[in-house]
Amino acid sequence: MNFKSFREYLSWLYYQYLLITGIYVLEPWEKSIFSSILFSAIGMVIYTSYVFVPIHVRLALEFFSGIFGGQSESTMALIN
Amino acid sequence: MSLHVPSMGWRPVQGVPCLRPMSAGIGSSNQNVTHNSSLYKKPFEESFEETPLLVAVLTYMGYGILTIFGYLRDFLRHWSIEKCQVAREKEEQKDFVPLYQDFENFYTRNLYMRIRDNWNRPICSVPGAKMDLVESVSHDFNWTFEHTGRVVKDVINMGSYNYLGFAENNGACADAAIEATEKYGVGVASSRCEMGNLDIHEELERLVARFLGVESSMAFGMGFATNSMNIPALTGKGCLILSDELNHASLVLGARLAGSTIRVFKHNNMQSLEKLLRDAIAHGQPRTHRPWKKILIVVEGIYSMEGSIVRLPEVVALKKRYKAYLYLDEAHSIGALGPNGRGVVDYFGLDPKDVDIMMGTFTKSFGAAGGYIGGKKELIDYLRCHSHSALYAISMSPPVAQQIISSMKSIMGEDGTTLGADRLRQLSENTTYFRRKLREMGFIIYGNDDSPVVPMMLYMPAKIGAFGREMLKRNIGTVVVGFPATPIIESRARFCVSAAHTREMLDTALEATDEVGDLLQLKYSRREQPLPSLGWMAEESLLQD
Repeated sequence: MNFKSFREYLSWLYYQYLLITGIYVLEPWEKSIFSSILFSAIGMVIYTSYVFVPIHVRLALEFFSGIFGGQSESTMALIN
Repeated sequence: MSLHVPSMGWRPVQGVPCLRPMSAGIGSSNQNVTHNSSLYKKPFEESFEETPLLVAVLTYMGYGILTIFGYLRDFLRHWSIEKCQVAREKEEQKDFVPLYQDFENFYTRNLYMRIRDNWNRPICSVPGAKMDLVESVSHDFNWTFEHTGRVVKDVINMGSYNYLGFAENNGACADAAIEATEKYGVGVASSRCEMGNLDIHEELERLVARFLGVESSMAFGMGFATNSMNIPALTGKGCLILSDELNHASLVLGARLAGSTIRVFKHNNMQSLEKLLRDAIAHGQPRTHRPWKKILIVVEGIYSMEGSIVRLPEVVALKKRYKAYLYLDEAHSIGALGPNGRGVVDYFGLDPKDVDIMMGTFTKSFGAAGGYIGGKKELIDYLRCHSHSALYAISMSPPVAQQIISSMKSIMGEDGTTLGADRLRQLSENTTYFRRKLREMGFIIYGNDDSPVVPMMLYMPAKIGAFGREMLKRNIGTVVVGFPATPIIESRARFCVSAAHTREMLDTALEATDEVGDLLQLKYSRREQPLPSLGWMAEESLLQD
């Protein structure tokens, strides 16, 4: 398919989104309700992952390194 | 909704020489391999490609989202936040058993209504190869329509059952019909057995019997009524009807009205049919174990939603072995299959006397209306007295009967021209060309390679409406089908190839389908396309190595 401009490609992508989710057949206000719920859910997922994923990854790495190398560290702490 | 991907599998069926005898058919895994290819004179190729998993999941997701919105709208209608434009019970009947709460009505209100503009489009010309549509718009999302006053002209008609192109308003058939109207009028004003038996009906019946190769035949005014009113006359309590899974509503209604026991075998599956026959004969009637009075196998020639052709040689062999009767409904296949246009019996080269009851309609290939039943003389004489349709329904209108007579004579070649033979050849060329091209483009097409009914899979609910509208924008009229005529995720667009389509019209339609297929991403087929053969160059490159 030849797209004359990027805008045409974007509007084709929007058309595919309407067709695949099935909201092509709905009235405009129903389309807005669905899209706002969907994009707010996606936005919340992105925000949560941005805020919490680095912290969780760091804690997980500490936990696993603690299992393998943690015993020597605690004996050192006791001696000190 | 549980995820039920129809496990039909891609079954390319060639005439595989298989030595398995017919009686050991129970328990075979691949039900569509031709086990008795010696019964078939040419390869029987059918394919029903499996639904891709991602497409099935997305289709269910789409239906789920639309169902949620359907519940939302029903809620708004119930609490009068929104004006209710559907049928509902009266105030006094609110406490009775609800009439409109089942899934079919929910589906109609919330899904069908939204894309309703694809159906019931008013046509204002002959539904030939090209037709004119009345342009209509809706300002309240398909609840009401208004005509703009304009007419969309020369829409290529890929939806009418016009297989041999006899739907025309000029030519020898139309002239003969005009003469018949001038002689007999249009209405008959009586039922067949009272005062409605005209000499034109007798001539028609003799001609139909000669066309089919049977002893005698009877014609009725309506094809649906032929099935639903005659099966009750043939079977009753104590009889067994074995009907195919995908039989038409008229056959199902006739079987239910008859009051016989009905058992259903899997679509075109001879092992399933044989198992049912053996069980029926071995065990007899359900509680008393008495033998069945009659066993009637009901099949169709071409199944119009799948495009598949019945495996008639095997059905006839089974029927002879287990002494059952065969009822063959050739609604779509009469006139459209076979070298002489005599239907599926001609296509397989079988003897018409093997089929006990040959039923068909005049609507599809003859450009008229009505149905017929052909068979032995005793059978037809019995039906003349005992069929509901003969006793109560108005007999066929004379110009319609004359149209059938002229078109049938044309197909048989008795009108002195080669028009019939030309049309038959044109139809089979068009069918092969159209199917091959659509397959090459990458669409999933169901059915047999020789069937003029071409179902193209769409799957997703939004694409049903989008396909119909986009094709109409490109001036092509198509029929799209969804639930409840098809299983819920297998919605399709159904093309009916006609002998009246020229190569240019088919090319235009194919080009538009290609465009719409790319726009809507409908090319789901995952089979490798055969590379175009290079002829002598390919051989040379092999030799060099």
